[in-house]
Amino acid sequence: MANDIAIPEDSVGIVSPLCARFDTPLTLKSGAVLPGFELMYETYGALNATRSNAVLVCPALSGHHHAAGIHADAPKNTGWWDNLIGPGKPLDTRRFFVIAVNNLGGCHGSTGPMSINPDTGKPWGADFPVVTVEDWVAAQALLADRLGIDCWAAIIGGSLGGMQAMSWSIHHPSRVRNALVIASAPKLTAQNIAFNEVARQAIITDPDFHGGHFYEHNTLPRRGLRLARMLGHITYQSDDLMAEKFGRRLREGGRKFSFEVEFEVESYLRYQGDKFAGSFDANTYLLATRALDYFDPAHDAGGDLAAAFAPATADFLLVSFSTDWRFAPSRSREIVDALMRNGRKVSYAEIESSAGHDSFLLDEPHYHSVLRAYFDNITV
Amino acid sequence: MTALDGRIDYDVIAGWVSPGARVLDLGCGDGALLRHLQESRGATGYGVEIDIERVIAGMKNGINVLQIDLEKGLYDFVDQSFDLVIISNALQTLHRTEKLLTEMLRVGREAVVSFPNFAYWKHRVAIMDGRMPVSDRLPYQWYDTPNVRFFTIADFEALCDKLGIAIRERLVLDDAGQPVRDEPNFLGSFALYRLGGARG
Repeated sequence: MANDIAIPEDSVGIVSPLCARFDTPLTLKSGAVLPGFELMYETYGALNATRSNAVLVCPALSGHHHAAGIHADAPKNTGWWDNLIGPGKPLDTRRFFVIAVNNLGGCHGSTGPMSINPDTGKPWGADFPVVTVEDWVAAQALLADRLGIDCWAAIIGGSLGGMQAMSWSIHHPSRVRNALVIASAPKLTAQNIAFNEVARQAIITDPDFHGGHFYEHNTLPRRGLRLARMLGHITYQSDDLMAEKFGRRLREGGRKFSFEVEFEVESYLRYQGDKFAGSFDANTYLLATRALDYFDPAHDAGGDLAAAFAPATADFLLVSFSTDWRFAPSRSREIVDALMRNGRKVSYAEIESSAGHDSFLLDEPHYHSVLRAYFDNITV
Repeated sequence: MTALDGRIDYDVIAGWVSPGARVLDLGCGDGALLRHLQESRGATGYGVEIDIERVIAGMKNGINVLQIDLEKGLYDFVDQSFDLVIISNALQTLHRTEKLLTEMLRVGREAVVSFPNFAYWKHRVAIMDGRMPVSDRLPYQWYDTPNVRFFTIADFEALCDKLGIAIRERLVLDDAGQPVRDEPNFLGSFALYRLGGARG
């Protein structure tokens, strides 16, 4: 271990990404077939002798397999859910064996639009098949098989990650003991799909998108990705939080009567947009937002969410946040209601937080106390 | 309320719970009652609580707890989906009393309600002395009490009559947790009821 990297005691420390290769074809919900694929993942903690302590962490829209700890070559790149996962943290790696994945269609090493299409020898680009939450879960299940995990002690995810946890509980009920569904929804509203569509149109109409085959033009739709991310950032936060963080503050005192960056909030959005455009794949963004749009377990059960959850046998924890207007508390209540109708064990917390949808990534004390209390009661 | 009284209340309620019953406990606090019913009667169900600290305590206690504001009603809960809906020592903290009682018997086949009796003689003495009562059963000053409804055994029974709610059993306790038979509205400090719908 490098001496010059200060690693906190409650960090999982230096971690290395792993890659699992699957050579059997995977038929996707769309009917398309992937001839084979690779999944990137990381693990934290140790699998116990009875293999009963495994926890799957499902990523949200821009999430990936690096959920905790740091990489030796990038000590500042802490995992995206590091405040949750580690020795002594709510998801305690002294008790649990935690696995985080980068999903199919991702842009962090798992097979996706940037991978080579074996039929053409060129990157898939826009030809990568549309993937659904159910497809992701099917791929994750193959990874669980590979790792010898018959049944997860728990599956946890926020937002789009929560949808994966729900899907697991419906499609593989015998393989999930607990599903922790955070800041999620049983399906997107029209308004939510509309936001996704604006983000997609920003990308697709960027002249540098080239119909999704921008890699061969050695460019990327930077402007579209920036706009998509700026829109996302606005909607993932609350009005109150933005007022608190930025208010109407100007960067340089007075007005310049221009369209340059003048307000602090403009500066923030541009910074976040630029950062994202340089690190995230546009085709992956399209795929992930579409997976969000399509998720609707009730659709396959005559529109009845309770009927959709009928196969589930897991215990559930639902958490929502008071100022989350994209995945509002009422949406989590719909899930709670459907689970109660099935007599499932379910607990529900509605956390006061000013941070909007992004709250699920923060370590608000009540939120983390809820997660800690729930995880502590899971037997391994 | 002392720990001893708490256990007496819980045992009374447990006696009204059939084995394996589906129970909804409104204002479940730290979940001690629901846990007791799970352990002693094999009951299953959910606790409802508004305060996040108590939600967390309930989860630590191993019960299913739902953070829901009862002032907004029980609209999510299906008709007759529980054998028993309990509100133990919490009805006096909620504004919409009539709505809640009606809802409890919509959602549950039976209801259990317990509350402190404002007309207990020591409380009457306090009022006669010109002060709001403070006692083991009403352990708050007027300015910091969570209670928003102050009512007596006679008041409660009149409301049940008005709402067509059938009183199936009643137990009134004194300060020592002993059953009161005579003059319950004067000598009793705490009342427990098993209720059913008028047509039930």
